[in-house]
Amino acid sequence: MDTGGADAARRWIERAKPEHPSLIDAAHTLAEKLGIVNVPMSVWIDEQGVLVRAGDVASTRESPIKNVEINESMPPRVRESLREAQKIETDPDLYLAALRDWAKKGAESRFALSPEQVVERSRPRPRPVALAAANFEMGQHLFRSGHPDDAIPYWREAHRLQPENWTYKRQAWSIADPNQGETDVYEGSWLQDVKAIGGGQNYYPRFEP
Amino acid sequence: MILQSLEIPIDEFQRRTGWALRPEGACKGDRCVPLPQHTRSGFVDARALSERLGMPIVHDEAHACYALGPESGDRILASAVCPEIALPDLDGREFAISSLRGRKVVMVAWASW
Repeated sequence: MDTGGADAARRWIERAKPEHPSLIDAAHTLAEKLGIVNVPMSVWIDEQGVLVRAGDVASTRESPIKNVEINESMPPRVRESLREAQKIETDPDLYLAALRDWAKKGAESRFALSPEQVVERSRPRPRPVALAAANFEMGQHLFRSGHPDDAIPYWREAHRLQPENWTYKRQAWSIADPNQGETDVYEGSWLQDVKAIGGGQNYYPRFEP
Repeated sequence: MILQSLEIPIDEFQRRTGWALRPEGACKGDRCVPLPQHTRSGFVDARALSERLGMPIVHDEAHACYALGPESGDRILASAVCPEIALPDLDGREFAISSLRGRKVVMVAWASW
């Protein structure tokens, strides 16, 4: 999910040399279709094309940020961001065990949800969230058609309407500042918004079997 | 979806949103919503979709275009059947997730930012 499209994704994909398809979602359509609001998030699809899980945090290893030593030579904002990032909780062992269990047992796996559970657990979409999607898409369209400044008011509005959508925010912030810090373009920043939800420990939803 | 006009070709609307236009109205999963008859054959009126399905319309006057948002008022997934997702790879070749039918699929969203 990257407004930068293939140009932004290329070096990551070429270096990883994946054997699986790697697809470019420049328009963030996965937000609208599946409710993906942060990365990394996954969906699991069974042999019949039915979702058995949608929107789990798909961490397969602890972030290397966990082991970064914070020291006084770092600028205060970097130190503070690292402290919040180190509070982020993921459970790679549980996620991978669940995935392997489903791969082996299919519908018999206790991690495979019923179609009703998948629908019930999908995110609600009240009108402000749908309006956020329309604003974000308009911003994307203007940005990608050569009018980056005209995208900004639409992205600001998308952030206001759906503050829990981190892909909308991180995408726009990273264009204004690669470190997603404070700018005079957007109200928030990664650090400010993480603090607003009570800290890095609240950044990702927990994996619910 | 981005529109140049509020009249949307039905094929494009169906492909982009996953809604099917049938004689009884706009349908997705088990849900069907009646739509007023549109005067121009082969097209659907974005204003009717906005009113009946809660799809918001954003208008940019300077660039003479509209963004039609997704339906609202319910959950994002109307059914557990995976919506059609077809996206390009690095070389611009479109790949449909549904082409992997018959195998288990894990799709992971990530980003460079």
